[in-house]
This record gives sequence, C-alpha cells and structure tokens, in this order.
Amino acid sequence: MSLSDKLSQQVSQVPRSGIRDFFELVQGRDDVISLGVGEPDFATPWHIREAVIYSLGQGKTSYTSNLGLPSLREAIGEHVRNEFGVGYDAESEIIVTVGVSEALDLAFRALLNPGDEVVYHEPCYVSYSPSIVMAYGKAVPVATRAKNRFALMAADVEAALTDRTKVLVLNFPTNPTGGVMSETELAKVAKLCIERDLIVVSDEIYSELRYAPERAHPTIIQQPGMRERTVFLHGFSKAFAMTGFRLGYACAPAELTEAMMKIHQYSMLCAPISSQVAAIEALENGAASVEKMRLAYERRRSMVLHRLETMGIPCYAPGGTFYVFPDIRGTGLTSREFAVKLLEEENVAVVPGDAFGPSGEGFVRCCFGANPDDLKVAMERMSAFVDRTC
Amino acid sequence: MDPLLELLIQDAKLTNAELGEQLGLEEGEVCARIAGWEKDGTILGYQAVVDPEKAGNHGVTSVIDVKITPERDGGFDRLAERIAKFDQVSSCFLMSGGYDLAVIVEGVDLRDVARFVAEKLATLEGVISTTTHFQLKVYKLNGFLARGGDQAERLPVTP
Repeated sequence: MSLSDKLSQQVSQVPRSGIRDFFELVQGRDDVISLGVGEPDFATPWHIREAVIYSLGQGKTSYTSNLGLPSLREAIGEHVRNEFGVGYDAESEIIVTVGVSEALDLAFRALLNPGDEVVYHEPCYVSYSPSIVMAYGKAVPVATRAKNRFALMAADVEAALTDRTKVLVLNFPTNPTGGVMSETELAKVAKLCIERDLIVVSDEIYSELRYAPERAHPTIIQQPGMRERTVFLHGFSKAFAMTGFRLGYACAPAELTEAMMKIHQYSMLCAPISSQVAAIEALENGAASVEKMRLAYERRRSMVLHRLETMGIPCYAPGGTFYVFPDIRGTGLTSREFAVKLLEEENVAVVPGDAFGPSGEGFVRCCFGANPDDLKVAMERMSAFVDRTC
Repeated sequence: MDPLLELLIQDAKLTNAELGEQLGLEEGEVCARIAGWEKDGTILGYQAVVDPEKAGNHGVTSVIDVKITPERDGGFDRLAERIAKFDQVSSCFLMSGGYDLAVIVEGVDLRDVARFVAEKLATLEGVISTTTHFQLKVYKLNGFLARGGDQAERLPVTP
C-alpha cells in the first residue's frame, strides 16, 4: 500500500531539508572537522546543570502551568525589561515553549488563515518557510545582501507586500549570515509594518551574541507602536549554550499569547520542568558565563575573518551569531560543490549556503562556535583547498 | 583587565601572531605590549599547568597557615617577603581571618616539608604558630579540571 496519497498535502509539499541531505554526506566519515553545527562547542555552564541536578533531587518532576513556571515567567519579564527596555506581564503576555522552534510554530498557527502571506528575509534559518507552509500560510522570501550587511531593506519588504500579507518575520542577528539591523533600518521597517497593518514575528535568539564595534542590539519591539503588533521570540539555546534543553519563550500582547497558549496546551502541555529550572538559574546567575562565551566567540570570529581575508575569500564581518557566511563565488564552484569538495578533499564540513534558501547560493556557512584548535586546522585545510581550486 | 592579558592568562602558548589575529592587533603591537608587561613585572612568568599524578611527581604539597607578629614599620610585608623567598615556597598570600599567611610549600616527601617548617619557618623571629595541611589529591588546578572538561558528542551538521 502506498501511503503517499494519504499524507497531508501541507506536509508533502515541504521539500526535504538541504541540511539533512548534507548531514547524511558528512555522517559516517571519520576525523571530519565540522564547522557545520548550529550550536556552541561549550557544554552548558556547570552552575546551570548543577541547579537541574539539585531540582531532580528535590523531586521537581511534575507538569507545570501551561504558560510555564510563574517564577520563570517573572524572570523572563525582568530580563526582557532590563535587556531590551520593554515590559511584558508575566501572567498574560509570556509563554514558555520547547525552544524558539515551537514558539515560531505557535505564532504562525495562531495568526495564519489559509493563503495568508508571510514575508521573511533570506538566507535564513531553515524552518521559517516550512513552518509557514505547514500553518497553511504562503511563504514569501525577500533576499538580503552582503553589501547591506545582510540587513533587511524596507523597500525590498514593501515590494513583496500584497493585500494578503499578514506577517513579517525578522531574525537579527541572522542565522546563517550574522546580519544585523541598525536602529534606523528597523525604524523604516517598523513604519512600514504600521502603515500596512502587519504583525511581526521576531526571532531574537542570537541577540546576546553581538560583537564590537556594535555591541548594542536594537530590536523591533523598541520601535514606537511595535510592541503591540510583535511576537518577540527568544530562548536559551545559543547564548547560554543550552541547545539540548530545548527552551524558548514568546512575549506578545495578551490576546495573541492566549491564542498561542491554546495550541501549546493541547499539543505540548508545558515545557519540561527540568529545562525551566535550568532557565531560571541561567537568567538569575548566568550573565558572567554568557559574557565569557561571547568573548571567546569574538576572538574566534576575528581569527576566522583574518584567515578568510588571507585566502582572498570575501566575507562580511558578522555583527552577531557564531557564523560567518563567506562568498565563495570567486572559486568558480557552486556552494554545494564547494562544500562537497571541501569535505571530500580536506575533511572539513561547512554548510552550503543554498540550504538556507536560493539566495544563499554562492556562500557557505561556517560556525566559529567550534573548538579553537579545530577551527585553526579547518582554516588551514580550507586555505589549501582554495589555493588548489582557484 | 586588558583583553590581551586575559587571553595570555587563558593560553600562554599562543604565538604573538595568533594572539593578534584573535584580538585584531598587529603582531608587532602584541610583541611590544607583552615585552612591556614582562619588563614592569605585570607578567611574572609562564608555566604549564601539570597534573602531578600523571606527571609522576610523588612530591607533596602543603598549605601552611602561619600566624605572625606585624611590625611597627611595614606590617606583615618584611616577614612575608622573607618567607616567600625560600625555594620550597611556591606561593605565599596574606589572608584575612584566623591566621595571617597562607604559605604553599612543595617538598619531596612529608619529612622534607616537616623539616622546612620546623627548621626554617617556625624558627623565624615573628612567627607565632604554624598549622600544616597536606594536599591529598588534585581535582582542579589553576582553572583546569584534572580529569578533563566536558566533551559532549555533537551532531556534525545542524541547522
């Protein structure tokens, strides 16, 4: 019996992930140095792990409120107020989720009717388009460019809008480009969103990982009139090196939070209590650990940019994240050819840029959240590869 | 603290070129700044951090709490500096609390340390008392875990 005609059309029309294809190529090879990961090489800071071990000893193993532990929501509210200057009510405007991925899904499912259009910038995190499609929306990509620091230009957004556009997705700093938005650029986008009555879903997961000279992270919720039309998504995976805890949150006006909560309560019930305990410890005592890791990334970023420059590979100096997105068009290879040959000839894994959308073609994503010794060897191997290829 | 100094404290094996690359500094600038710190005594020296057990060092390390009488001129400094100069003393700190100096002494065996305490340290004029604690096992040394850090398995490619 063939099951293919039984499957949901929404799911069937989502293509296989390019990342997954490449993962299968890499898997099974020995001694690969991987710059293909989307996570830090640090283990979660010990004080956070220890708090979880203690909580298990105390028997904290139950369900929590659907929205998440009240003390965690209080801590999140305080954190967002202190870091971003915008207040949310812990009882009605904050929901704790299983990673930002779930929060994103909740936001789309809470907002979209079949055929509603969602504009997002590309190259981007791989799940935006599929999540929109699986929520019965229409995904409308807008390309960002290296010459604009991979920032989103309001004029490009405007050109993509139709009468059916309901939502704009932002993710700055951006995975995979490291792109950032200045306050001026954000203000133009905000003005457009208000004029065209759009809701913004802003994934701010990399916001702590900003580098000199622009350490401050401006966000769309700080723009006048935007808090009431934005779903602010954040989590613990990147800055706190807590990827496996799968913990994120959404802050949004009460009506929207309530709608997301309806889906969350029936599909997820609540985020795991141990991860919520970890998140409380992270927010209360984790600032020093975050800064220590950020400094380490900043140094690795500097090293990688210098090596790429020496190789003659153009690369935008990322304003945030732990990725560089070098332009490999000068090698005459496509991004997939570059990644496959680099893997086969030098045993170094990077992710082809087209895995992050067609506008990523001509680029590859390298994670500098890797171990510094590995990073150094990977850069030496890449340099040898580029010398041979060009 | 200066970021260059912070990085050197973490890993003194990095070359000047590598240090410069990580901090966005020219190699010459790195070299000049380090030379300046070496000259003015900001950098006291460079060492490998070694697990004594794995290195086959069967010597003993002791922490000795020392009570001393402060002097009218100079307080604790003159006597503390005199104690610190002994080769057996690897570190020496003035402490708050129930005693005055914490003196870390390295010896080939217990008797070696005991002899140092009895013959050299305790007999110094101004030393009131000593309490010697022997180190039994190293779990962490200068920020490094003796049994290594956390090596988590990660997938090779993730979004």
